[in-house]
Amino acid sequence: MNSLILSTVARAVIALMVLFSLYLLIRGHNLPGGGFVGGLVAASAFLLHAIANGVPATRRLLRVDPRAITMIGVAVAIIAGLVAAFQGAPFLTGVWAFPGGVPLGTPLLFDVGVYLVVVGAVVTLVLALEEDA
Amino acid sequence: MAERGGESRGQVPGWAFVLLSLAGVVFALTLVPRVASGEVLRVAIPWLPSFGVQFSFFVDGLSLLFALLITGIGVFIGLYARAYMHGHAQTGAFFCYLIFFQASMLGLVLADNIITLFVFWELTTVSSFLLIGFDHASEKARRNAWQALLVTGAGGLALLAGLLLLAQAGGSMELSELMTAESGVQEHPLYLGILVLILLGAFTKSAQVPFHFWLPNAMAAPTPVSAYLHSATMVKAGIYLLARVHPSLSGTPEWIWTLTIFGAVTAVWASIVAMRQTDLKLALAYTTVMALGTLTMFLGSEAHIAITAAMTFLVVHCLYKSALFMVIGIIDHETGTREVDRLGGLFRAMPITAVAAAAAAFSMAGFPPFLGFIGKELKYEGALAVASEPLLVAGAAIAANALMVGLAAVVAIRPFYGAPRTYDRTPHRPPFGMWIGPVFMALLGLTFGVGPEYVGNLLINPAANAVAGIQKDVKFALWHGVNIPLMMSILTVALGVAVFIFSDTLRRWLASALGHLLTGDEAYDGVKGAILKLADVQTAILQNGSLRRYLFVVFAVTAAGVGGTLIAEGGMAWPALWPDVPIYEWAIVVLIAAGAVVPMAARSRLAGICGLGTVGSGVALIFLIYGAPDVAKTQLLVEVLFVVMISVVFLKLPRFAETTHPPKRGRLGDLTLAAISGGVMTLMTLAVLDTPLNDHLTKYFEANSVPGGQGGNIVNVILVDFRALDTFGEIVVVAVAALGAFGLIKLRSTRAGGS
Repeated sequence: MNSLILSTVARAVIALMVLFSLYLLIRGHNLPGGGFVGGLVAASAFLLHAIANGVPATRRLLRVDPRAITMIGVAVAIIAGLVAAFQGAPFLTGVWAFPGGVPLGTPLLFDVGVYLVVVGAVVTLVLALEEDA
Repeated sequence: MAERGGESRGQVPGWAFVLLSLAGVVFALTLVPRVASGEVLRVAIPWLPSFGVQFSFFVDGLSLLFALLITGIGVFIGLYARAYMHGHAQTGAFFCYLIFFQASMLGLVLADNIITLFVFWELTTVSSFLLIGFDHASEKARRNAWQALLVTGAGGLALLAGLLLLAQAGGSMELSELMTAESGVQEHPLYLGILVLILLGAFTKSAQVPFHFWLPNAMAAPTPVSAYLHSATMVKAGIYLLARVHPSLSGTPEWIWTLTIFGAVTAVWASIVAMRQTDLKLALAYTTVMALGTLTMFLGSEAHIAITAAMTFLVVHCLYKSALFMVIGIIDHETGTREVDRLGGLFRAMPITAVAAAAAAFSMAGFPPFLGFIGKELKYEGALAVASEPLLVAGAAIAANALMVGLAAVVAIRPFYGAPRTYDRTPHRPPFGMWIGPVFMALLGLTFGVGPEYVGNLLINPAANAVAGIQKDVKFALWHGVNIPLMMSILTVALGVAVFIFSDTLRRWLASALGHLLTGDEAYDGVKGAILKLADVQTAILQNGSLRRYLFVVFAVTAAGVGGTLIAEGGMAWPALWPDVPIYEWAIVVLIAAGAVVPMAARSRLAGICGLGTVGSGVALIFLIYGAPDVAKTQLLVEVLFVVMISVVFLKLPRFAETTHPPKRGRLGDLTLAAISGGVMTLMTLAVLDTPLNDHLTKYFEANSVPGGQGGNIVNVILVDFRALDTFGEIVVVAVAALGAFGLIKLRSTRAGGS
């Protein structure tokens, strides 16, 4: 779609949406949010970008093939699960550390994996469909 | 450089296989004195302790005998295969498969835990599949590999069930405990089931009639594989299993008669069919089936002497059969044919091979002073001692052995003597690696025959004692004096010579007499064809390619299942007619209902999909009102993305009314189904609301979310911590589905672009 208004507005909105998606991802553990919904917001952002500027532009913006993002997401989730092995605990047991009082845990890393899978999967599909059109 | 790279490619795996085998032999030999003195060595690593599954192994006389055969023959097969496969493009892969097989086979014969045994059992099936189908450009090789995999794989499933039942009946998952304890399996009500299932596994693996057909077909593999897997080692896995469960399962009439009859029929039938073959490799394959039948027949007996006979024959057979297979491989390699009618006069070209073949054939025919003679004498002695029917067993043994004598003569004499023939290539002496194997095996047969005490006392007696479960050492000697077994031997040889003299006539006669019988191979094709046809019919009905049909089936089944259960269980509940809810909730309900009507009336897809989006958004609002902001947010986003995606797809589809608009009658059916589905869902929701809420889990999560999961958002803590494995499964599904859909979309556009 070739619309100056849309692409101008999109530029600001997309940045906000990606930021918001990260915000949802990080705060998800204590307040409404999380990797899944965050991933959907981010995917919508890229979707908007694709509609406003065309698929090639979105691919350039992403730099990485969305299929790779999906697989990296799965890998991150697996790694998050394997950390527990160092403590002799079963796969995907939550492991926490508190550097300077900030709670950091493998569940957050796992949620990052979920986020990446959702972004990657949705963007993969939508871009492929758009290109095919 | 590139050419040299190609030359040396197979070298490393080839040597690795030889050296690994050699190391295995040396290690196994160091264990011989300890095992021969009755010691049982064990090692166990916990695997799934909660299920009693261990990665455990043990070495007794039986395991050690098999381990020595597997590694010892492996050394010479390795040397042989290096020369045989020379110049082949995939030598590296070939040896990797061989190493894979050898490790699996060793694991199988050393396994203590039944699950360990089963895993290695299946791995030998897989490696056998890879090796039979090694020449994967040939359709025949692929088909035969499939056949072996399906037949032995089906037997493997039966075996798994049988072993699990055995463990249940015997109270242990360790074979060593099942064997020694007076486990009482024979009196157990499940005994018959256990027996049938385990025998199915053993009979398919060890090619007993009527499952024997896969083994001759497995000759599509390269000759080293036939010599190693399909005569000396893998096909003996079933025999090993029978020997292994002998102490706990044998002795009942069912055991005795099943093994005796199947073994006897297999032995006699296979030796008759072997006589019919003109391809020497195929003839040898059938004699392997004969040997397996003989072993089964003798394991049917309780008599110690019969078991000793089986163990001795096992060694004899491994030695002569691998030697003869390698000889046939040499002949094939040097002349380009294995047809007995086209061979002759090769002695001049390959005297060493000819002598080795003769020595192996003598052992096969059971002539003194070869080990085969001792094996045969023991067989006759054992046959007369069996409890079931000595005449049947002895008769079958004599008949099979007489045919063996005839066939041994054919293999050892026909290719090497007589008038020289012309061949496609000029035969000359095979390389060292190829003839050393047959020579060594034949020499071993001779050495063991002249001095049988060592092999008898150190290997065969411990093995037989492990099978029989009692300590009783048979004295091995070449000469037992003039007795009934000797008379039977003389009779066998006389018959065998007659068979050899009339072998051509016999073959022609057998060919015409057996030509019209239904073979196992044809039965296999018939069954496989019927299964495929059934799949075709079922697919045509259930998956005809119309999305409308799929949805109809899915919704109909769900409605019938859920609705039926609701009615049968009496879970119906009726709410107050006008529930007391605020007015804005009614507004949402109206919104949802309106959204649902839109797609029904819509004339364009876009309008329809927007209607559906309204429904979803309405549902999201309800989630929001009832305190599930996470779910509401996700639902809303999914709705948005769904509408966008579907719109993109719809842009490309043909116009709405042309294709998707079903005829009037179809629409009526859809409407009915939709109404019923909706009604059932409503009833189910009402029924759920009527059930008092069990807040056990809710309380648990509320109490543990912060201390256990460091998070205040219970939904998210459940997703990423408490039930993270579920989430993990879901994201993997999402990823795989995305890649799959991507592939489909791209495939479609490539096709469209190509046309």
